[in-house]
Amino acid sequence: MTLDTVKHATDTPQTAQPWAELGLKEDEYARIREILGRRPTGAELAMYSVMWSEHCSYKSSKVHLKQFGEKAPESDALLVGIGENAGVVDVGQGYAVTFKVESHNHPSYIEPYQGAATGIGGIVRDILAMGARPVAVMDPLRFGAADHPDTRRVLPGVVAGIGGYGNCLGLPNIGGEVVFDSCYQGNPLVNALCVGVMKHEDIHLAQASGTGNKVILYGARTGGDGIGGVSVLASETFDADDSAGASANRPAVQVGDPFQEKLLIECTLEIFREHLVAGIQDLGGAGLSCATSELASAGSGGMRVELDTVPLRDATLSPEEILMSESQERMCAVVEPGNVARFLEICEKWDVTATVIGEVTEGDRLEIFWHGEQIVDVPPRSVAHEGPTYHRPYARPDWQDALQADDAARLPRPATGDELRAQVLTLVGSPNQAAKSWITDQYDRYVLGNTVLAQPEDGGMIRVDEESNLGVAVATDGNGRYAKLDPYTGAQLALAESYRNVAATGATPLAVTDCLNFGSPEDPGAMWQFAEACRGLADACQVLGTPVTGGNVSLYNQTGDTAIHPTPVVGVLGVIDDVTRRTPMAFSQAGQLLYLLGDTGDELGGSAWSQAVHDHLGGLPPAVDLERERLLAQILVSASRDGMIDAAHDLSDGGFVQALAESCLRGGNGARIVVPDDLDPFVFLFSESAGRALVAVPRSEELRFTDMCGARGLPATRVGVVDGDAIDVQGQFSLPLAELRAAHEATLPGLFA
Amino acid sequence: MTTRIGVVTFPGSLDDTDALRAVRVAGGEPVALWHRETSLRQVDAVVLPGGFSYGDYLRCGAIARFSPVMETVVEQARAGLPVLGICNGFQVLCESHLLPGALTRNDHLHFVCRDQRLAVANAGTAWTRDYTEGQEITVPLKNGEGGYVADERTLDMLEAEGRVVLRYLGGNPNGSRRDIAGITNEAGNVVGLMPHPEHAVETLTGPTTDGLGFFTSALKTLVDAR
Repeated sequence: MTLDTVKHATDTPQTAQPWAELGLKEDEYARIREILGRRPTGAELAMYSVMWSEHCSYKSSKVHLKQFGEKAPESDALLVGIGENAGVVDVGQGYAVTFKVESHNHPSYIEPYQGAATGIGGIVRDILAMGARPVAVMDPLRFGAADHPDTRRVLPGVVAGIGGYGNCLGLPNIGGEVVFDSCYQGNPLVNALCVGVMKHEDIHLAQASGTGNKVILYGARTGGDGIGGVSVLASETFDADDSAGASANRPAVQVGDPFQEKLLIECTLEIFREHLVAGIQDLGGAGLSCATSELASAGSGGMRVELDTVPLRDATLSPEEILMSESQERMCAVVEPGNVARFLEICEKWDVTATVIGEVTEGDRLEIFWHGEQIVDVPPRSVAHEGPTYHRPYARPDWQDALQADDAARLPRPATGDELRAQVLTLVGSPNQAAKSWITDQYDRYVLGNTVLAQPEDGGMIRVDEESNLGVAVATDGNGRYAKLDPYTGAQLALAESYRNVAATGATPLAVTDCLNFGSPEDPGAMWQFAEACRGLADACQVLGTPVTGGNVSLYNQTGDTAIHPTPVVGVLGVIDDVTRRTPMAFSQAGQLLYLLGDTGDELGGSAWSQAVHDHLGGLPPAVDLERERLLAQILVSASRDGMIDAAHDLSDGGFVQALAESCLRGGNGARIVVPDDLDPFVFLFSESAGRALVAVPRSEELRFTDMCGARGLPATRVGVVDGDAIDVQGQFSLPLAELRAAHEATLPGLFA
Repeated sequence: MTTRIGVVTFPGSLDDTDALRAVRVAGGEPVALWHRETSLRQVDAVVLPGGFSYGDYLRCGAIARFSPVMETVVEQARAGLPVLGICNGFQVLCESHLLPGALTRNDHLHFVCRDQRLAVANAGTAWTRDYTEGQEITVPLKNGEGGYVADERTLDMLEAEGRVVLRYLGGNPNGSRRDIAGITNEAGNVVGLMPHPEHAVETLTGPTTDGLGFFTSALKTLVDAR
C-alpha cells in the first residue's frame, strides 16, 4: 500500500476515506477538508477523528461548561483554572494542590479490570503533568443492581483493577463511593480522582515553546492497544445487544502496567526537580495525536515530529495507528537542547525509555513525517482547540412531571417502634447503605504514610507537610436518584454534600472538580438533564465560593434508548492548617452529647429509605439552602479548630439513623437517642433534608458550642448521648450494635465474596 | 554518634519513604540506598521496604534478589548485619535464601489491607527485643501475596528453634501456614514479616504506634554492640 502523504492526498482528492468508521460526521469531514484546503491524509484523518470525538473535544457539552468559567466565584486560591490538565489551588505555606476527577466508564464495562486500572493510570498522569507528586486517589463507582449476575462480573473486576494498579503505584486510596442501581446495569460508572501536591514554583503547563527545543517521548513503548478508545468507544452509545459490542470493542481498551507508571512518576519528579522541561503533557485519550497537537497549539511555535522514531512494541503498526494508539504510561516533554542529555540520563537511571521524536519549529504548523515523507501538515489549533461546537437541542422530558408527581409521601410508613427498628435494619443492610469495607480493604490506604483520614470517613485527609501539619481533605459525592428527579437541584445537592463532607472533617472547602456522567447528547431529554445540572452546579459554586477547577464529561452512558440516571459526581477539596485537629466520624467517648445541626423537614423523595424499603423513585429531592450549607461548614470548621467537637458525620442518604449507625459502629459505642418534640420519629430518623450534621460534643464544651451555634443562627438540637452497646431510641426501639453490625457488614461479602 | 539505618529503594519500592520516616521517628539516622549501588554507605542496619520491586515480574522479590545492592546485603547479613524485610522485603529475603520458605498468593485471592492483630512470639531478635514475648500488637497488613509457606520439616524446625517471630491473631488473613506472620534466621539478625510496622509509628497516620518497637529494637541492638 502506498503511503498517504500530504502530496498524495493533494493529488488524489477523490479517494474515499473511512471518516464514518472513525466516528466523524459528514459535516465534520467536510470541515476538515475546508480547513486543509484538500482531503486529509490518512494520518490527519486519524488525528482529527480522535481529537474531534465527544470525549476529547467536548463538542456537545462545552456550550454549557462555559458557565463554570463565566459564573466562577472570585477566589484567591485558584492558581490554574479550567483548561489545563488539572486545576491548581493554593493551600498556603507555598504549597499548591492539584486535583481532578475523570471517567473511565465505557472501557470498564467492556473489560472491567483493565478499564478501571487504566482509569487510575490516566488521572495520575494528568496530575503528574502539572508538576505535582500524586499523593492519593479515590474512586466514585456506580454499578447495576447488586444482585444482577453481570454485576458479579463487573464489580470484582473493577475493584481488582483499581487495587491492582493503584496499590502497585504506591498511592493511598482514601475514599470514594459505591452505588448500586439497575440504571447502571449496562453502563457502570468508573470515575477516578487523583490529588497531587507541589510547591508554587513547580507548576508545569502543557505547551511547546522555544524554536529548536526538543520533543521527547518517554515511558512505555507504543503498541496497538486502545486505538480509537476515545472516538469509537467513549463517544458512542452501546448497542442494546451488548455482548456483541463488548467483544468487538475489546481491543479499544488499553492495557496498563503500573510498574512502568511508578517508574514514570519517580523519573518525571526527578526531572522536575532539576528544572529540565519547558512544557509537558501526558499521553492519555487520543495518545500522540492529542499530546503533539495540544502542546503545539498551546505554545508559540509549530512542531515537527519524525513519527518513525517512536519506539514500538509492534513493528507493524501504521502511522495512523501510532498516532491513535492509547498505550499507557507515556509522557511527552519539551526540553531545551542543552538539557536533553541530562533528561535522558535520568530516564536511564529509572530504566525508562526516552526518545527525541521531534522539535519545536518556527511557524504555526504541526508537521509529522514518516521515513522522510510528510504525512501531516495541519494548524494544531484546528485539531486541539477548534473542534466542532454543537448546540444540541434539549427539552425537559415529557415524563418529568409524572415522576415528580409520584410523591414519596404516599408510601406506607412504619407506624410502631418494631416497624421502625425493622426498617432501620433493612436500610443499613441495603447494598447502597451497607459497609463498603469488602471493597475498600482491597485498596492500600496506608502507603506514603500521610493518610490522616480514609474511608469510611466523610472525606479523605492527607498530611501535606510533616513539620507544620498542613493538610488537605477531599470528598466526592453524587446522587443520581436526586438528579433524575430534578437535575438542577440534584447537581447542587451533590456539591452541597461533598462540601459538607469536607467541612465535617474540619477542613475549609476551597475548590471543585466534577465528573458529569450522562446519557446520549443526541437525546434532547438527556441533553436537558446535562444543561440543567451544569446550570445548577455553576450557580451553587458561585454561592459557596468554590470554583470548578476542571473535570471531565462522560456522555453516551446509554444502552439502546435507556440512559443512566443523570449522575454529576462532584469532588471538593479543602484545606486544614493542622491535621491533628481533624474531626473523625467515630463516637469514641461514652458520655459525649449528640447534637443534630440544621433543620429536619419531611423530605423522603429519592431517599435511601424509599429505595431500600419500597424500591420507589419519585417526588422531589430535598430542598437546597446554600447559605445554610455555608454556615454549617463554618461552624464545623470552627468547632474542630477550637476543640469543641470530638466527632462529626454529615447527614445525607439514609438520613439521621444511617449517620448515627455508622458513627456508633466506627467507634464501638452505642447511643441513647430522644426524638425531638416537634418531629415525627420516622421523619426524624429517615428524612434526608440537606444542610445537616450530627456531632459529638464533650460535656465540658457543650455551653461554648451551643453558644456559638446560637450566636451564628444555626439550629442545634440535643438528641442524645453516646452510651452503651446499643442504639436506643427512647420510646421506640433498641438495637444492639452487634445486630446492627451484622446487618451492615454482611451484605457485600454475601454478594461478592 | 547516631545509628544509621539504610532503606533500599528498588524500582517499584513503595513504602521506602515510610520506612525512612519510621527510622527517623525511632531516633535513628535514615539513609536512602539505591538498588544499583553495591555500597551500603556504612549503615549499621538495613531495611528492605514494601512494594512491588521490579513490578513483581516473574515472582515477588525474584528479580530484586539479583540487584547489585543485594549482593552486599546478603554478604553482610551472613556476617551479622541486622536486616529487616517488610512485605516485599520479606519476599526478597526468602528469594535470597536468607530466610527459609516462600510467600504465595493470599488463599482468598484478594489483596487485603487491614489493621492486623499480632502476637510477638520471639522477643529476642535484633528487631524485636523492645517487645515482650506474647505481647499483642496491631499494625497494618497489606498484601496480595502474603501466604507464608514452607515444608513441614522447615516449619517444625522454625517452631522448635523459636524462629517464628510473629503470629496472626483474630483470623489468618492470607492462609499463612501455622499463622506465621514473621520469622528470623538462626542468628536472629535477619527478620522478615508481612505486616507493616512502618505504618504504625504515629497515631495521626497509623492505627497504633505498635510498629515503632521494631526500629527502636534495632537501635538498641546496635548501641549495645558498640
